[in-house]
Amino acid sequence: MTLFYLFGAVAVIASLLVIAQRNPIYSVLLLIASFGALSGLYVLLDAPFVAVIQIIVYAGAIMVLFLFVVMLLNAPQEDTELDMRVHPMLRPGAMRFGTVLAVGLVAELIWALTATTGSASFQPGPLISVATIGRRLFTDYAFPFEVTSVLILVAMVGAVVMARHDAAGGKR
Amino acid sequence: MPSLNDYLLLSAILFSIGTAGVFVRSNLITILLSIEIMLNAVNLSFVAFGRALGSADGQIIVFFVMTVAAAEAAVGLAIVIALFRHRESLNPDTFTALKW
Repeated sequence: MTLFYLFGAVAVIASLLVIAQRNPIYSVLLLIASFGALSGLYVLLDAPFVAVIQIIVYAGAIMVLFLFVVMLLNAPQEDTELDMRVHPMLRPGAMRFGTVLAVGLVAELIWALTATTGSASFQPGPLISVATIGRRLFTDYAFPFEVTSVLILVAMVGAVVMARHDAAGGKR
Repeated sequence: MPSLNDYLLLSAILFSIGTAGVFVRSNLITILLSIEIMLNAVNLSFVAFGRALGSADGQIIVFFVMTVAAAEAAVGLAIVIALFRHRESLNPDTFTALKW
């Protein structure tokens, strides 16, 4: 229980700081901290496979991709006339509406979850091993698994096409 | 032992933080990061439900979500680079023209 609160607090505080930073590099690094805490929560949930790929794939690959782009673009300042010193509620129009919507979403979700009767603790079940997940992936989920590889291929080609320099000067 | 409701509450809070980030921030990179926060909140509830039901399906769906998130990040960041090359800005309010 203590570990749950510890990891949960780290995840929530790091996520809050992610959207409060002006410099995107700090945001990316704080999001990695948040993902580390989530990985600990997955261990508490007896899901070692997800915990490991959370670190390897998310924190290791996707966040490094973000970090590359942030450093490549080299635009640390948020170039908007609305500085971070302006409270979100004092900004005009759509941004204030968005803040109200987010606060409403929090209130609604917490109300819905506290209105339900308290659920019991998890039953002690068998640990779902990597072998089990692999067997399921290649039997029951074989088709979605293969579609995933096509999706990755399409994303790779799309990223290369969109980010390339138009050296020939042709139509984009 | 924390119950299923505790995990769902944490997931709801993280999802709301991500939603607030998408609405409040005006930096394309931070908006993409907020989308990642939302995806992770959903992953957490998937794993918690899978643990409560004692099945491996939750973790398998998380695997697929992570694959889609990787593809989304790659394509999204490529779009951000292409946009930045044209406008020298990351503020979504500057991208108002459908064609240039």
